[in-house]
Amino acid sequence: MGNPMKIRAANKDGVTEVKVLVSHEMETGQRKDANGAIVPAWFITELVAKHGDKTVLSAEFGPSVSKNPYLAFKFKGGAKGDKVTVSWKDNKGDSRTDEAAIA
Amino acid sequence: MNNQRRTVLKSGSGATLLGMLAAAGIITPGMALADWNKAAFDAKSMADTLKALGAASPADSKGVQVTGPDIAENGAVVPVGVASSLPNISMVAILIEKNPNALAATFTLPEGTEANVQTRVKMGQTSNIYALVKSDGKFFMATKEIKVTLGGCGG
Repeated sequence: MGNPMKIRAANKDGVTEVKVLVSHEMETGQRKDANGAIVPAWFITELVAKHGDKTVLSAEFGPSVSKNPYLAFKFKGGAKGDKVTVSWKDNKGDSRTDEAAIA
Repeated sequence: MNNQRRTVLKSGSGATLLGMLAAAGIITPGMALADWNKAAFDAKSMADTLKALGAASPADSKGVQVTGPDIAENGAVVPVGVASSLPNISMVAILIEKNPNALAATFTLPEGTEANVQTRVKMGQTSNIYALVKSDGKFFMATKEIKVTLGGCGG
């Protein structure tokens, strides 16, 4: 399941800015451990942000997105109190969904 | 020595490599995700990545801006932003030329979402970062060099 995401969403002049901080290892599959064995790749592949039922951003990540990925974007619309939902899925089939209210 | 790995590395790229990996049991079929653009993320070079994204020869455009530090002290966390003033942008991608796989992330922007995204990426070494955007069905690109003093993909 992973740890909860930190989501901040704020509306200013009709535009909602969303900032997401995901807790995830984002292992590239390039690193070796102390014994020289490759650490298997483990990273988020897909992330979707929704405002209500409407998708406002869908992203695909490769392993070169940083550990604990950060993402910021803006969409038109959104009102104070509306829910923004963010879901991700990783290459091991794990997933998580969190939501936040627009401030 | 891990001979299996050597064989896999030698066996080439693309479908052949995938087939080999699957055959060798290194990746199980269950790992393959339906809608994740594997071809694009697995491509090594810029040219192959662009091809896999369907953007063979994007035009350079002043309407696309890549933001990031000139010098990144820590290649593991390099803040990168892409913004564009071009109309009807449906897709944004961030590519790092000298990483093992050039493509870092792609973003699909539905109508109403602004062409302005920020994230953080890993960089193995000093490299050019490319921002690719799709505007009105055409691809445009901008670039910025980021110098890395400590790589983020080390082992």
